[in-house]
Amino acid sequence: MLRYALGRSGIAVLVALTVSFLTFALIHGSGDPAMGLVGEGGAQESENVRRAYGFDRPFLEQYRDWLLGAIRGDLGRSYTLRAPVAEVVAARLPTTMLLATFSLAFALALGIPLGVVAGARPKTMVDRLALALAVIGQACPAFLLALTLVFWLGVRWQLLPITGSGSWANFVMPAIALGFALMAGVTRLTRACMLDVMASDYIRTARAKGLRPGSVLFKHALRNAIVPVISLTAVQFGFMLGGSVVIETIFQIDGLGYLAWESIQRKDLPTMQAIVLILSLVYVVLTFLADMANVILNPRGRPA
Amino acid sequence: MADLPENAVEGARELVTSVAGPLQPSSTGLERGWRLLDHPGLIIGALLLLSIFLLAALAGFVSPHDPLDQDLSRRLIPPIWQADDRATWVHPLGTDQLGRDYLSRLMHGARISLLIGLSTMLISGLVGAGLGILAGFFGGRIDLAVSFLVTTRLSLPVVLVALAVVSLVGSSLTVVIAVLGFLLWDRFAVVLRSATQQVRSQEYITAARAIGCSNLRILLSEVLPNVMGPLIVVATLEVAHAILLESALSFLGLGVQPPTPSWGLMVAEARGLMFFDPWLIALPGGALFVLVLAINLFGDGLRDLMAPQSRSVRDA
Repeated sequence: MLRYALGRSGIAVLVALTVSFLTFALIHGSGDPAMGLVGEGGAQESENVRRAYGFDRPFLEQYRDWLLGAIRGDLGRSYTLRAPVAEVVAARLPTTMLLATFSLAFALALGIPLGVVAGARPKTMVDRLALALAVIGQACPAFLLALTLVFWLGVRWQLLPITGSGSWANFVMPAIALGFALMAGVTRLTRACMLDVMASDYIRTARAKGLRPGSVLFKHALRNAIVPVISLTAVQFGFMLGGSVVIETIFQIDGLGYLAWESIQRKDLPTMQAIVLILSLVYVVLTFLADMANVILNPRGRPA
Repeated sequence: MADLPENAVEGARELVTSVAGPLQPSSTGLERGWRLLDHPGLIIGALLLLSIFLLAALAGFVSPHDPLDQDLSRRLIPPIWQADDRATWVHPLGTDQLGRDYLSRLMHGARISLLIGLSTMLISGLVGAGLGILAGFFGGRIDLAVSFLVTTRLSLPVVLVALAVVSLVGSSLTVVIAVLGFLLWDRFAVVLRSATQQVRSQEYITAARAIGCSNLRILLSEVLPNVMGPLIVVATLEVAHAILLESALSFLGLGVQPPTPSWGLMVAEARGLMFFDPWLIALPGGALFVLVLAINLFGDGLRDLMAPQSRSVRDA
């Protein structure tokens, strides 16, 4: 177990390093960093900036400095916000985490019960309904769902505020829009796993013993069916942080996604790099934790 | 440790479980025809897709107007089902804020979506399937390296990286396709890797090796045909994935550039008018939804059709 954890964390560190390099290379390489600073200035001006900021140095040297800075918590200075990137990002991260957590809660609270009921009673109305909802959820672009919610709940019926991030009511529509696709995925996966589990011998035994159906479903079956769902959730949480760009832009939520959007518009390279790096790291950590949770929950998968 | 992290596989679990094997099940054409009826999703998806393909293909010939033709005197004509004096059969779905015929733009938009979806799938399929098959077939270090690549790729937030790179390089159709193509290969790699692992241990591979076939020959004539099923299923679903992402990029203004008619872009352009003329959003948004739905239904149906054993066990 310890060896497994050590091995996995070794890989996680390697992945994090590779990701940091890719992030730096992709963003530094596809744009001229001086351009974001100079804007419409002339060639001489951008040449000066290039020299002053050290963009004329060898690429690997710049990467090394950036990485060493990032490890110390120094992610450079934002071109446009006149503040250290680390500070700006730290200020915005909690809002996005909150949004992603709400979305996750929505997806799990709806997806797991639906999946359990559908998987326990295949081919009934509930099952068909759950599948239909899942199919719709996986085909509907998040921005379309967001606009639809704004149109009906926000404007026609005036139930919820359309923009801002001041109170919990601000998060209802964004959380649904962001979490809907995950809800669909969770429903499908839970259902598929429940179908597998319900056909197994120990469920037959549990039933034969005369356990109450609810107890069989939620204590015996779900416990085993939930393992893949945890993995999916960890992966999707990372994706949701990235996908929140679209949702935060629509609802003007003051989070990391909106910051990413602003920095992309202003060609603010250090901020872009920092956000991509941080979201990747969150993903790496989450998947590592999910791997560990899997091993603990499912001893069969435990390496010797 | 040579294994992918659990969760990389989980993302594609349902696809991975689809049994690798020859495409054609051993049944007569008639039986197969009957079996199709057991998969209503497949048929509905196929029919929807066919009609969208037709609309896209015919866009150049039968679309009533030029999708780029502006006429400010004819702006924001409502579609014919609205009780409005300006509604006219000349523009059955109305016109947009610049007076461009909405039906024509929608038809041409279908072309853009399909073009992006299919081209992206070709690039990502080539990269991902190549990596996956090599990893599954050779195992060992190659597998380790590919698994590492997949894990790394999964850690990068796709939407953000795509947005950043497209905005820095300058957005155009080609850039969007290239960026998405080189970002979306992970599911191909995961599924093809495990499908190839299943095939590798089959007797016909041993037999081919015994008669002295080279690795390349085995890969091309034994492995590839036998992982075709999962490959086609992933490819189908990845088209939908690419279309969804492109629409999000275009919606944010960093995908297909105006005046090219892209459904995501049309939604974005009409956003300011959403509360007065909601149909401006409902039409391209609905089109996008139906297209992705059709592809997903078709892909899911295809998977169920090709893995009948696992299906019947599950539904029993």
